[in-house]
Amino acid sequence: MSEVVEAHAGHDDHEHHGPAKGLARWLFTTNHKDIGTLYLWFSFTMFLIGGVMALIVRAELFEPGMQFVVPEFFNQMTTNHGLIMVFGAVMPAFVGLANWLVPMMIGAPDMALPRLNNLSFWILPFAFSIMISTLFMEGGGPNFGWTFYAPLSTTYAPDSVTYFIFAVHLMGASSIMGSINIIATILNMRAPGMTLMKMPLFVWTWLITAYLLIAVMPVLAGAVTMMLFDIHFGTSFFNAAGGGDPVMFQHIFWFFGHPEVYIMILPAFGIVSQIIPTFARKPLFGYDSMVYAVASIAFLSFIVWAHHMFTVGMPLAGQLFFMYATMLIAIPTGVKVFNWISTMWRGSMSFETPMLFAIAFVVLFTIGGFSGLMLAITPADYQYHDTYFVVAHFHYVLVPGAIFSIIAATYYWIPKWCGRMYDERLGKLHFWLSFIGVNVTFFPQHFSGLAGMPRRIPDYALQFADFNMLSSIGAFIFGFSQVFFLYIVIKTIRSGKPATDRVWEGAHGLEWTIPSPAPYHTFTHPPRITDAEAHS
Amino acid sequence: MNQSSLRTVRKLIMLALGMFGFAFALVPLYDLLCELTGLNGKTAGAYVYDPARESVDETRTVRVIFITNTNADMPWKFWSEKGGVEVHPGELHTVNFFVTNPTDKVMVGQAVPSLAPGLAVDYFHKTECFCFERQVLQPGETMEMPMRFIVGSELPGHVASLNLSYSLFDVTDFVDLSTEDAANNPS
Amino acid sequence: MNKHCTGIRRLRTAAGVMSMLASGLVAADELNMRVGVTDISRQVYDLHMLILWICVVIGAVVFGAMFWSIIHHRRSAGYQAAHFHENTRLEIAWTIVPTLILIAMCIPATRVLVAMYDTGGEDMTVEVRGYQWKWQYKYLDEDFDRTFSFFSTLTTPIEERHNLSAKGEHYLLEVDEPLRIPVNKKVRFLVTSEDVIHAWWVPDFGIKRDAVPGMLNELWAIVPEPGVYRGQCTELCGKDHGFMPVVVEVMPQADFDAWYASKLVAEQERQQLESMVFTHEELMTQGEAVYTKFCASCHQPNGQGVPPVFPSLVGSKVATGPRDDHIRLVLNGVTGTSMQAFSGQLSKAELAAVVHFERHSWGNNTDDLTQPVDVANAAASN
Repeated sequence: MSEVVEAHAGHDDHEHHGPAKGLARWLFTTNHKDIGTLYLWFSFTMFLIGGVMALIVRAELFEPGMQFVVPEFFNQMTTNHGLIMVFGAVMPAFVGLANWLVPMMIGAPDMALPRLNNLSFWILPFAFSIMISTLFMEGGGPNFGWTFYAPLSTTYAPDSVTYFIFAVHLMGASSIMGSINIIATILNMRAPGMTLMKMPLFVWTWLITAYLLIAVMPVLAGAVTMMLFDIHFGTSFFNAAGGGDPVMFQHIFWFFGHPEVYIMILPAFGIVSQIIPTFARKPLFGYDSMVYAVASIAFLSFIVWAHHMFTVGMPLAGQLFFMYATMLIAIPTGVKVFNWISTMWRGSMSFETPMLFAIAFVVLFTIGGFSGLMLAITPADYQYHDTYFVVAHFHYVLVPGAIFSIIAATYYWIPKWCGRMYDERLGKLHFWLSFIGVNVTFFPQHFSGLAGMPRRIPDYALQFADFNMLSSIGAFIFGFSQVFFLYIVIKTIRSGKPATDRVWEGAHGLEWTIPSPAPYHTFTHPPRITDAEAHS
Repeated sequence: MNQSSLRTVRKLIMLALGMFGFAFALVPLYDLLCELTGLNGKTAGAYVYDPARESVDETRTVRVIFITNTNADMPWKFWSEKGGVEVHPGELHTVNFFVTNPTDKVMVGQAVPSLAPGLAVDYFHKTECFCFERQVLQPGETMEMPMRFIVGSELPGHVASLNLSYSLFDVTDFVDLSTEDAANNPS
Repeated sequence: MNKHCTGIRRLRTAAGVMSMLASGLVAADELNMRVGVTDISRQVYDLHMLILWICVVIGAVVFGAMFWSIIHHRRSAGYQAAHFHENTRLEIAWTIVPTLILIAMCIPATRVLVAMYDTGGEDMTVEVRGYQWKWQYKYLDEDFDRTFSFFSTLTTPIEERHNLSAKGEHYLLEVDEPLRIPVNKKVRFLVTSEDVIHAWWVPDFGIKRDAVPGMLNELWAIVPEPGVYRGQCTELCGKDHGFMPVVVEVMPQADFDAWYASKLVAEQERQQLESMVFTHEELMTQGEAVYTKFCASCHQPNGQGVPPVFPSLVGSKVATGPRDDHIRLVLNGVTGTSMQAFSGQLSKAELAAVVHFERHSWGNNTDDLTQPVDVANAAASN
């Protein structure tokens, strides 16, 4: 994608070796830009595959009765949709953005461990090939929900569960290695003068996210290893017969699982904190508070896990603790929303496509946050838990949350990556289709949940029919609009108008001081940090 | 890559390994928390009964109801001689439970108790219980298994009834039948 | 008309529309959580509405400010950007105010939760046991002669589920035998599971609890209104997770007592049946009913199963081979597979009938009869 262009005048280096040619380039690259590109294309592919699974689910749920699939297959679709979106789409997309942007934003020539970077990526297609191939094995693929509670996922699991465990180990290893790389890069390779409190917020959010990943992915690895032992080696971690406890699985899983969902949103906060100041032509409001808020959210994320387990039978004291701790997280999150709005306030705003997605993020993520607050209230949660109200909540924070931020990031930085502008009219059309699609899909799910519709069911009682039909229509609109996005991206790469270096009038940050497209090697000599190019 | 990066990497690898170990440490930690909070109704192990130290509280009775269940894969019959008993706190009681192995193979069963309400776990003491060990039954054999217990007199006053449930599981595959000690291995 | 009056009018119209919408939202049962029929469910509903309104008001203020800014602070309108980018007092203010709001929310939330945890003083206890994929209800009593249990299975016909006939009003929410409890009595539910984790939920009572194997979870309800209340399993438990509804019928005390007595009588009759002898036709009729309820979900109505996980019974070695082996397989199950031990779920009469049915259906035509006493003998002789 990036052309072979010599770095800017000002030094006499003769780094003429650009990228290799052909397939070998992509297999063996240690260049953070190439690896970022690999991650992004991989995640887009997985997003479409996971999306097809969602459409199969929504097609079956369009009307009551079983029309297209049998319940066993439906459970595989819901499970794999979740696994692929979480581990194959959202997380790799953020890693891809980190790879592309973090070195440029801190004035570093590349990541700290370039070869490890290559390995971290190439593990993923291997891991996901294994996981997707389980759908074609005898007994079918994983069918126990992306949260794979024992004993449904141990004693009662299909034979392919061993491959599933192996794939999870591989994905976890990839994430851990990638995070080590990111932390080492940020802590050790910033250009002189870029103190921690001068870093762009996107870099801050990734620094903190990387620590979260290192802390909790090994716990997930522990959980699936215990599963493996229960299934094959006669242990009883989660088997009541042997003195084990299925509830312990849930504690271990959610100890990973709750920080995991913050792993999936903190980089989104970073992206939006880059985009809004650019299009408001005003510095980010409350930079210091924003950093402290992200750190608080990350810390709090470790002590709230059991709010996913309010109905499991915990004693009263436990329920109260987790209710209070969960409500606490609303505070730093609210602080961030107020700061974004204060950035917009009395700015001079224009509404190009990245800004549209960023504003939609602020509104719709906040709506997801409100339903999250409602879910935190334990006695009320007894009526919400495992219903579509929860599905609505997490899709609001993940789709118009994380996914919109990734889309916004793509529109915002693609001119830097490939030197060409996207078509603004098409971008806006994509935005409105996505916005309408996402709301028609997920807003009615609040109502079907409140009306009493459980999760993970392939067929439902008649009072839920209207909401489901509406939701399915929205899903197909949203799905189509993402295929349209693919078209826009390809069109941009192939025939977009050439972009300037600065690209956006209000943009600040080191990445905007280099040419568009970014040269294959940038900042081979560290730049001088002026306040103008510090964080936005 | 420079020295400071290497130092960072080393520290982070230790952190990752430490967290993996932490996951396994969660297993005993969880058991400890369950004991402390009574979560999940796990009753404690054998209780030493000293009649001199126990005082019977004649002013109140507590109803203890027994529930016996066999897991779906477990073909044994399992029942108690009574549906429940009314006891005074501090009194030692015996209730007999029975198991029958109707199959043509030697089998090993394990009973797992659960007490409701969870907060009563600290006050329900068993001096003898078949749930403390695995039970080996020959084909067609029926065994009588006494369970002796005391409801502690410190049981909070507002608790007037307890439910003790036993789930019986087939653990034949987990046990080495060739050792005579199979029946005496603690659960 | 001067500007002031127009403004006030606009405000009034807006307020009128908003309140209509609001009351519509609150009243529209289809959109909102139900109030339910118990004191607890009403407290939960009130709490839900309180939090919802707080969120709506905060959202209106915050988004209102944002949209106002979008309209007025735009470059295309010529607005010049200001340069401020921090204000410590503001940060403190919008940290403290939300904290106070959250503390205010905690107080009613804590109160309702504490009320829900008050499980003592019950009038009766029922064990609720989740199976793949049905519920079993066991009425507990110290006196064995006053206990009994039964299964509660979905009865929606397969034709409705496969869109071959019109769906009934209680599609997917109807069972052959509901849980019955008396009105105005504190009923304690002990929820557990036979196999995987399920969850038992009755929205109208405001109660839900996971059914975990090896563990008893406590729930309670006092229902002041007779009626039929429907819920569903709310924890993924396998292929038919969506097909194991929860139906509770709350009856006036006298009716409940009469029903309870009749169940005890039926239980005694059931035990006497064991010694009876049935004709081939009687066995086939009873057998088909048992097969449909207990076996067809895996072995399929046509007996062909879903090999290799659920074997076919058509011409199978078991269903056409030695009768006592067939009986013992159904009694004891097959370890390590989904084939459960049905000795705990079926009476001898039911078991005899279903074995007989399998041995005489789908082309299988063994020349034996299976009577309840044969089941007893096969069980004893192993």
